[in-house]
Amino acid sequence: MDDLYRDYILEHYKRPHNFGELDPHDLEGLEHNPLCGDELGVHIRVKDGRIEDLRFHGHGCAISQASASIASEELKGMELDDVGKLDADWMIELLGIPVSATRRKCALLNLKAVRGAVTGDNAWPS
Amino acid sequence: MPPVVESSLAVKADFPIFARRFGGRELIYLDSGATSQKPQAVIDAQAEHLRSHNANVHRGVYALAQEADSAYDAARRKIAAFVGGQPQTTIFTKNVTEAINLVAYSWGRANIGPGDAVLITQMEHHANLVPWQVLCRERSAELRYLEVDERGELSLEALARELARGDVKLVAFAHVSNVLGTINPVAEMTARIRAAGALSLVDGAQAVPQMPVDLQALGADFYGWTGHKALGPTGIGVLHGREELLERMEPFLTGGDMIASVDLQSVSWNELPYKFEAGTPPIAEAVGLGVAVDYLSALGMEQVRTHERSLTAYMLERLGEVPGLRVVGPPEAERRGGLVSFTVEGIHPHDVAELANRGGVCIRAGHHCAQPLMRCLGVGATARASVGVYNDAADIDALVDALQAGREVFGL
Repeated sequence: MDDLYRDYILEHYKRPHNFGELDPHDLEGLEHNPLCGDELGVHIRVKDGRIEDLRFHGHGCAISQASASIASEELKGMELDDVGKLDADWMIELLGIPVSATRRKCALLNLKAVRGAVTGDNAWPS
Repeated sequence: MPPVVESSLAVKADFPIFARRFGGRELIYLDSGATSQKPQAVIDAQAEHLRSHNANVHRGVYALAQEADSAYDAARRKIAAFVGGQPQTTIFTKNVTEAINLVAYSWGRANIGPGDAVLITQMEHHANLVPWQVLCRERSAELRYLEVDERGELSLEALARELARGDVKLVAFAHVSNVLGTINPVAEMTARIRAAGALSLVDGAQAVPQMPVDLQALGADFYGWTGHKALGPTGIGVLHGREELLERMEPFLTGGDMIASVDLQSVSWNELPYKFEAGTPPIAEAVGLGVAVDYLSALGMEQVRTHERSLTAYMLERLGEVPGLRVVGPPEAERRGGLVSFTVEGIHPHDVAELANRGGVCIRAGHHCAQPLMRCLGVGATARASVGVYNDAADIDALVDALQAGREVFGL
């Protein structure tokens, strides 16, 4: 079996969960990967300090789309305070595949957009 | 049956990097559009210069310094002659980006103002786009774009219409597009530009390594290219300019080596080309690039062009076998340089490059520093395979095999 392109990664790539836009929404983020021109935006609806609902949109490779899809399921219901504490390790572990240095930004683009939307901190997750 | 490749230069053995193995596999390098590999002769020449002839140039009276001087000057003469230029109008820069910035700063800031326009094209690399965008913003001038048609080509009629508006002071465009592969009709374009009283700047980064370039025949006012794509080292680019323009231009960077004399409050500039070469120049790099152009001249640039054209024709033919693969740019190899950008339905270009890598094949994926062009092609990114003198048909076969295997990984 392929190390990187596992069945569930390709499944999320082809049929991403929570893909699309959410109107109205309370928070939004939009990030680009300067390396490849990929674009990823998120819309978030907030209720009682938690993420009530979330959608992501844009275009990207299998790694970035699968990351966003997998993370979206975890993020729903999460307290906003906790979203600010999510780091790169959380995302890579959740993704469950070995991510090379060159593909790291693909995997982290979604988290960057989500954290930016929630905390205003647009830095790459470390 | 795929078409027979009519010419193969068979010079892979001259390039030591191809002795390397990656996971036991040969290196299949199809990314020469990003940077070329280096022949042993270039590597040796640069090392020998550093080992035996190293001194700073234009300053020393001792024998070693004179050796460095003469090596540097000889390199400039060879590099100028390679494209039909003159040494005094052949300026060494860091790369083609710096060559274009030099013109944008030195000529642009003195000659572009409100009401003027700079015309570039939709197919430009960011290196030939951002400097003009910054200049036009600063000088309240207009930046306009010549459109790329559905074949990936420019229209001479559209150029004529733009020039007829009367406000265009400079037209900047690529000789060969780094994304589409399109070879632009430089001589026809510069003739129209000159007739309209405007200047032309040509980005030759993708052209000089793979086809005969004769500056006299092309007729551009400025022509820039870069060493590392032409079998030479990184860190050296070249700007050729028309002498009377360069004479009138103020320097770009200032400091040592580019002055005739300095007083406390005033300075006079050195003669061409040194006026535009502030500080210690890329000496060993110039020596290396000099040997690179010797190497290309010995192969013969007509032969190099034939080789790259036939490999490109073969690549277009073989890529056509991959289901869902779409090539961007002109369909005929005669109208293209040695590169092909493409997309594969159902696989993002980044994943295409990753899957090619599993077959040992190096290709590039991304926006190729041409985001406005990507938008007008309606894609976020493409994969790009580009050939050099050392490639052969088997390299293309390996790419096609890797793409077919990649489609299976993706369940296509």
